[in-house]
Parts: sequence; C-alpha cells; structure tokens
Amino acid sequence: MSNRTDPDRALDNERLAKFLERIDRGDKIEADDWMPDDYRNQLIKLISMHGVSEIMGALPEKEWVPKAPTLRRKLAIMAKVQDEMGHGQLLLRVVEDLLAPLGKNRDDLLQDLFSGRLKFHNVFHMEAPTWADAGVIAWLVDGAAIITQTMSLETSYAPYARALQRICAEEKFHAQHGESIVLELAEGTPAQRQMLQDAVTRWWPSLLMFFGPPEGGTVSSNQLLNMRYKIRSQTNEELRQVFFHKYVHRIYHLGLTLPDDTIRYDEAEGVWHYQQPDWDRFVQIVRGNGPCSAQRLRLRKTSYEEAKWVRDAMLAAPRAEHMAGGRL
Amino acid sequence: MSEHSYVETAEEARRNPEYVRALQELLFQAADDDYILAYRGAEWLGLAPHIEEDVAFSSMSQDMMGHAAMLYEMLEELGAGKADDLAHMRSPDAFRNAIIIERPNGTGDYADQPHYDWAYAIARYSLYGVFKQIRLEALAYSTYVPLAQAAGKMQREHHYHVRYWHMWFKRLASSTDDARARLNAALEQVWSDIGELFLLGRASASIVGFGLIAGEDDISQRWMNATRNMFASNGIDWPGDWGVPVQKGREGQHTDDLAQAVSTLSEVYRLDPAASW
Ligand SMILES: [Fe+2]
Ligand SMILES: [Fe+2]
Repeated sequence: MSNRTDPDRALDNERLAKFLERIDRGDKIEADDWMPDDYRNQLIKLISMHGVSEIMGALPEKEWVPKAPTLRRKLAIMAKVQDEMGHGQLLLRVVEDLLAPLGKNRDDLLQDLFSGRLKFHNVFHMEAPTWADAGVIAWLVDGAAIITQTMSLETSYAPYARALQRICAEEKFHAQHGESIVLELAEGTPAQRQMLQDAVTRWWPSLLMFFGPPEGGTVSSNQLLNMRYKIRSQTNEELRQVFFHKYVHRIYHLGLTLPDDTIRYDEAEGVWHYQQPDWDRFVQIVRGNGPCSAQRLRLRKTSYEEAKWVRDAMLAAPRAEHMAGGRL
Repeated sequence: MSEHSYVETAEEARRNPEYVRALQELLFQAADDDYILAYRGAEWLGLAPHIEEDVAFSSMSQDMMGHAAMLYEMLEELGAGKADDLAHMRSPDAFRNAIIIERPNGTGDYADQPHYDWAYAIARYSLYGVFKQIRLEALAYSTYVPLAQAAGKMQREHHYHVRYWHMWFKRLASSTDDARARLNAALEQVWSDIGELFLLGRASASIVGFGLIAGEDDISQRWMNATRNMFASNGIDWPGDWGVPVQKGREGQHTDDLAQAVSTLSEVYRLDPAASW
C-alpha cells in the first residue's frame, strides 16, 4: 500500500517482532489477535484447502455408501462420510473467522473452489472404481491424514489446533473402519484379494503424493515459511517417512505387494528409499486435471448452484427459527 | 391365538404359521420403507444445499438405515432368511415399500449430474415422517412384544427427525415466494402417491386381526389430523383427496426406480453372497 506512512510501517515492524517473539515462546495465536498478513494468508490457504478436501473427499466414498456390501458396512460408511462433511464444516468455520477481516465469506471460498483457484488434495481427484478402493481410502488415505494432522495439532494457530483435536479423534475411527474392510478382503476369496491388491496398486502413487513434493525439488511450496511461523513442524518428506514406517510392513504382512521394486529401508541412514511419484503429474492433478476432477467439481457446483433458492429461503426465514436449524 | 394375546419371542411366534406370515408382511413394509428411503437420503450425501444440512440429513439417513437393519434382523429371527440376504438378494417384487418411498430425488444419477429437488425431499420426508411417527405409536401396542419394544427405541430417534422436517417445512412455507411455490408443487407431487402409505397390503385383515397394528382407516385418520394441523399452521391449503399410484407397492408391484435402487444397493454383495464382507 503506497499511501501508508512511515509511522504505520514502524508500528507494523514492532508488531511483527512481538508476534515472532510469541511464536518463538510457543504462544498460541487466537483469531482476534494481531497477526501479519502472510501468516493469515498461509493459514487461509492451508485450512481452506484442508476444509474443502474433507468435503470433496466425501464424494469418492459417497459413491460406495449405498453399495457397501452389508447392512453393517452401509451404516459404518455412512457415519464415516458424515464425519468428513462435519470436518469440512468445522474447518470452514475456522477459515471464515480468518476471512472476515478481509471482507470474504464461505461463498467466496466455494467460488474459488469452482474456479480452480482453491485446490483440494490430490487423492480426491482420483477414481475409486471398486469396494476395495473405499477400504483403502479409509485405511491409508485417512491413515496418511492422521500423520499430517497429528503434526498440525501443535500448530501455532489455536482455533485450528482445537478443530484438529476433534478431527484426529474421529480419523482414528475412520482408519479402523478402513482396516476392517481391508482385512476382510485380505482374508477373503481370491477375487476379493485381487480387488484389494488392485486398489493398493492404484492408490500407491497418490498416497506418496499426498504428503506433497520434497523440498528442493522442482515444485515450490511454502514449507519453510510455515515452519518459521510454527504452523507446521515437519517437512513433507519427514511425514512421508513416518507413513512408510507405519504402513509398508503392514501392507506386506497382508500378503500384498507395492508397485515399487526399489522401496527399501536403509538401517544405517534410518530412511526409506523409494521411487518418486511423477511430480509433474501431481501438479496436473491438483490443478484440476486428474481423472475425476471435473466430474466431482461439477457435482459440487451443480448442487450448490441449484440450491441457491434454498439458501435464499434460509436467509429470509425468521431468525430465531433459523438458529434452531443447524443444531439437530 | 386370541386377538389380545401377546407374543413374547420369535420362537413363540413361530409356533403359529399364520401369525408369522402376517407379522412378516408388516415387518417387510416397515423395513423396506426405511431401507429404501435411507437409500434416497444417502444419494443426497454431499449434495445437500448447505454443509450443515448435509451432516444433519446424513445422520437421519443413518438412523433410518439402522431402523431397517433392526427390522430385517427381526425378520431373520422369524425365519425369513439372513438379514443381509433380505436387504440385498430379494427381487424387487418381494419389496413391500410404498411407491412414494422409491420415487427418485430428481433426475440424474447420484454420481453423475444429479438434479435433486430439495422441496420434494422436504415434502416427502415431512409427510412420511408424520406417518412413521403414527405407525411407531401404533406399533408400541403391537401383540408382538419385540416389535413393540423396537418401536419405542425408534420413536426416540424419529422424534428428532420429525422436528427437523417440520422446521424445514415451516421454513419453506414462510420464507420466499419462490420457496413456497416450490413446496406447493412438491406437495402436489407427493399427494398423488401418499394414499398408499396407509395400506397394509394383501395380509391387511390378518395383520389387524392378530393385533399387530391398528387398521388402515385408523392410521390414515390420525395422519390426516396431524397433517391438517401442520398445513393450517403454515398457511398451506389442504390439497383435498389424495391419490394412490398405479402400482401397488405394498403388494410387490414396483416401478423401475426400485429395481435400479435394489441393484445399486446389492451390487457388491451380489458379487459373492457367500463371501464374508
Ligand atoms: Fe476427515
Ligand atoms: Fe476421515
């Protein structure tokens, strides 16, 4: 802003220094506290992406809700997808508070989603053609999410940390639900096992991509800034390594294989070596050129636009009654 | 067995084949109504007009699916077959849901270009909601004690559904002209099917004779009283005589929409019904 005066700038510098001191001390930041613009912007970017990913993530699993094989599985997957929508709701509320000083709201976020400005996780651009995919998504995608979200529990932004606390607790149930589907298939008929193996093979590259590109690669990210602000505490690669530690042996233990002949753990270095996924493809996918990107965005956009009259009705309905609405 | 003798267990019921036959008919009606409407609700997942609404709607669909599962399990105990087979392996002509239940949410597939009508959802769910409440109240007096007990459990959850649908009914009736017009159009659509909801099918006489539930006229009268109140308090004109669909859902006649729903619901299970899923 060119018309700002030097005293303004001096004040901002002083505030920034104090803010960084708070961060270094391990203080938690609340929505109404002063924060530098880039901190706010990073949070908006991160949490809105997380929020819309929860909502977009409901769509591939939703395809399997009516088709879940048994009554018990139908009930479990319905509850799971409902949780994901609930996570989206919780996170969008956190973002709404961050957006308010900028004069923006949830509708702006959704418009950004529809226009492709706001990205959602690579995994939710992918196909889920069989029941085993529903199992693998819940077991390994939710498993991967638990790893990144557990790290984020320590985030310097308190409202995000509070939302994550509830989300993480539910994600653990999701991973168990997924594991239970996967175990049943792994111990099942040859056709069931094959269905499971195909799903694991199909999802492996997407799972590696889930954690984001490694630093120093060709794809830039804001990892360093986010670590300075203690929005996050581990790099993409560190998180991916945690995932390998946790899951590679479990996958082998089920008698399944991975589509990577090179993957191995180096005891001396303490790291997993593995074949990098195609990061150019990753960029294409999150830009909205994945196999299901257009179809899923269209689902969300059509339903949002066709229900405009309903939202208008909600705004026009008497206020007291409106408040009772969301509280079932 | 006299009209007022209570049957405490499935084993006891199974000693009287006629009683079991009537009871199974009734249970299939109630189970299939909830099962298929829960399926219609699940199709809405992720597509409700508001994220908050999505969560609330989904929670009700789960309750309904849970009620259906409870009733299928009751049928299993009565020797009708495995609950999962009942939900997935029956052909459409074995389903006893009313036609209003199987009507689609709108046009398009739930995963591809769905154009769903929220006004129709509100109209159908609120009027079915009133009916289900009355059916559950009547079932609480059923001579089949396990059913009377289950009805009590379901009522506790269903109570919230009814409140929720009424809130939406009111909201659409009293907000914008557009919403009101859409609600009226949806009510007209629902009205042409609603009369079948109260029917008890071919076994009606023995269902009532065994004291399993109150009669069709009794139920429809109670429904009409409740619905008239709801319409009047929201300034909605009483649409007059209701219609019934061409097909008799309670007797196993259905539209292609049910066949499609059943094939989706059972797609995975039918890959290998003997396998463990
Ligand atoms: Fe989630
Ligand atoms: Fe989850």
